[in-house]
Amino acid sequence: MAALRQIAFYGKGGIGKSTTSQNTLASMAFYFDKNIMIVGCDPKADSTRLILHEKAQNTILQLAAEMGTVEDLELSDALKPGAGIFAPENPHGWIQCTESGGPEPGVGCAGRGVITAINFLEEEGAYEAEGLDFVSYDVLGDVVCGGFAMPIREGKAQEIYIVMSGEMMAMYAANNISKGILKYANTGGVRLAGLICNARMTDFEYDLAWALARDLGTHMIHFVPRNNIVQRAEIRRMTVVEYSPKADQALEYKELARKIIANDFKVIPTPLEMDDLEALIMKYGLEEEADIDNIGKSEVAA
Amino acid sequence: MSSLEARQKAAVEEVLKAYPEKAAKNRAKHLGVGSPDDESQKTCGNVRSNKKTVAGVMSQRGCAYAGSKGVVWGPVKDMVHISHGPIGCGQYSRAGRRNYYIGTTGVDSFVTMNFSSDFQEKDIVFGGDKKLTKCLEEIDVLFPLNNGITVQSECPIGLIGDDINAASKMYAQKTGHTIVPVNCEGFRGVSQSLGHHIANDTVRDYIFDASPATLGEPIAVTDYDVAIIGDYNIGGDAWSSRILLEEMGLRVVAQWSGDATIKEMVQTTKVKLNLLHCYRSMNYISRHMEKEYGIPWIEYNFFGPSQTIKSLRKIAAFFDVSIQEKCEAVIAKYQPLVDAITNKYRPLLEGKTVMLFVGGLRPRHVIGAYEDLGMEVIGTGYEFAHDDDYKRTKDEIFRSTVIYDDVNEYELEAFVKALQPDLVASGIKEKYVFQKMGLPYRQMHSWDYSGPYHGYDGFAIFASDMDLAINSPVWGHSKAPWDKEGEA
Repeated sequence: MAALRQIAFYGKGGIGKSTTSQNTLASMAFYFDKNIMIVGCDPKADSTRLILHEKAQNTILQLAAEMGTVEDLELSDALKPGAGIFAPENPHGWIQCTESGGPEPGVGCAGRGVITAINFLEEEGAYEAEGLDFVSYDVLGDVVCGGFAMPIREGKAQEIYIVMSGEMMAMYAANNISKGILKYANTGGVRLAGLICNARMTDFEYDLAWALARDLGTHMIHFVPRNNIVQRAEIRRMTVVEYSPKADQALEYKELARKIIANDFKVIPTPLEMDDLEALIMKYGLEEEADIDNIGKSEVAA
Repeated sequence: MSSLEARQKAAVEEVLKAYPEKAAKNRAKHLGVGSPDDESQKTCGNVRSNKKTVAGVMSQRGCAYAGSKGVVWGPVKDMVHISHGPIGCGQYSRAGRRNYYIGTTGVDSFVTMNFSSDFQEKDIVFGGDKKLTKCLEEIDVLFPLNNGITVQSECPIGLIGDDINAASKMYAQKTGHTIVPVNCEGFRGVSQSLGHHIANDTVRDYIFDASPATLGEPIAVTDYDVAIIGDYNIGGDAWSSRILLEEMGLRVVAQWSGDATIKEMVQTTKVKLNLLHCYRSMNYISRHMEKEYGIPWIEYNFFGPSQTIKSLRKIAAFFDVSIQEKCEAVIAKYQPLVDAITNKYRPLLEGKTVMLFVGGLRPRHVIGAYEDLGMEVIGTGYEFAHDDDYKRTKDEIFRSTVIYDDVNEYELEAFVKALQPDLVASGIKEKYVFQKMGLPYRQMHSWDYSGPYHGYDGFAIFASDMDLAINSPVWGHSKAPWDKEGEA
């Protein structure tokens, strides 16, 4: 058995992290027979919806709160096998799902929740499951506090994939996440393994994503084009892979899955200074350089 | 043998030598030698205070939660004080300050009980607002005679951003009860001092400005109404103080906050004069009452007869001749007691040297009591005082005195070794270091299970305690094994 690989998907909120990660992981299981555990690290608990065909009913923290403490919880209560083609009895790879869960927006400490949930999985031996090839963490938004950095600390995810697009804010977020990786890279061994561009079809998106990847010292591992079939599958709470395995988009995810499985380009990132990042966006993102005099002026005024 | 001042200055220099350059520079500003005659000193010994403790030293300081729950709010007896957060803060500070009170514990008084919301991991993750509301409801069911509840925030409340103010407000509106949220998270400020200030502000906002309707009619005011502010009734201190005030014709309508009730606190806004004992922890609310209600305040000191007599006259001067006459009668009445005490104990204690290290008031206030017994205070310092306290200290010292602000374990030990006092009087954390060195020691925060020490009655106990500490035959038996003859 090959060594267990722990990977994580980070990226700006709303970028399509959960959709991209589930479709990719589904491809890794379906086309390449990999056995996977998904650890959702988002209080919304929607990182496994497409695999389970429903929103995870019981999150680790919710169950722990009901029982009193997390120590009272059994692994089997919190770990759920994937539905349909991802079930353990199917001929391809299987997927196990778990969600940390967390508080309602505006109360409590979601970061502490992530720490609690991951410690629980570790102590209960979730990572020692027979035949497990990949553990994947799907982490909310930015690395806002220590809790959300938990998946990249020592002994956790070694490969980070940043889901981004050609939009300016997504690129800022990707750069910030790289800073978080850099912080833990020397002590824990976490590495940036690539940018996944989940295309929004903005101007010069491919070039921008490619250039940002280059400047961060990594590569754009795949450019996932926009396709409405993703939404159609999602309405049925399915991945494209399961919904329409022969569709072009399914083959895009298959290609991304292949690249991740074969990926051995893992680096300590070199995050950009803010000025350099803006210069990069100017260079690749806009046809002409913004005049310094025009900053803060509206389109009409300029 | 060189002069006391020279030895003290040498001790300060010697202490600083142990530090790395940066720490030495910092600590040098907190150490000095105070002189009663040196007018050039801005603060006693020119020390700086109320600054962040040097990381890594064993400071004796507390936290903001300790200042609010432990000091200011905790002794208010008819209110329930919730330690909101994990269990430790409440349990390990429970009843530690010996704030005496009259009442039936668990029925109408709650000082020595520990109320805690006992946070678990799930409360951190999901927030504790609902649990807090549940706590408030349960308290009102189990202890219906409580006259209000305060919510004392521990550190995690601030970290996770729980809105205790909103939860308290909603419950208060629903029930009409007084609920006081106190944002006194331990990590705020440099010491317990900020906790005193925060607690004072909540008294202003929730007790004065929102006087509870449930407390019945206010009592009729008189021209001789005063309040004792900043006496926590440790071992009964406030009781031995108020009898003197009452004997001179004043009416003490409130004690803050030892043996206090919420109704007394509300009534305080109608007194003629506020008498402030612990300036550090309650000057804020005294200043507020002066500004808002036009109530003057004066500081006083009831430790030892000299200061007590001085203070009684100072207080009487605010009132008419009848009070002043009664004041003199009180002083005359107790003089034989004072004489008896000094005649008995002064010969036993004369010339004994003392080093003090206490909180925010006693490092200067108890000096007079020791000097009345012929004892000599040669070193003193505060855990959490500010510059105004060190300015006041100048007027209280009798001789060259080494001054150490926020002294740490190492420094205090070094000073004691250098100056070799006959008695060290400080807190519980320092106690056993010196007792194990074979030095007489008195615990000056909670009076070592003794007290009261305030007023004339208190002075008798104080004198006896110091004699017991210093002249106990036990010290003759405490020779270290290696000092004994004939043993290797």
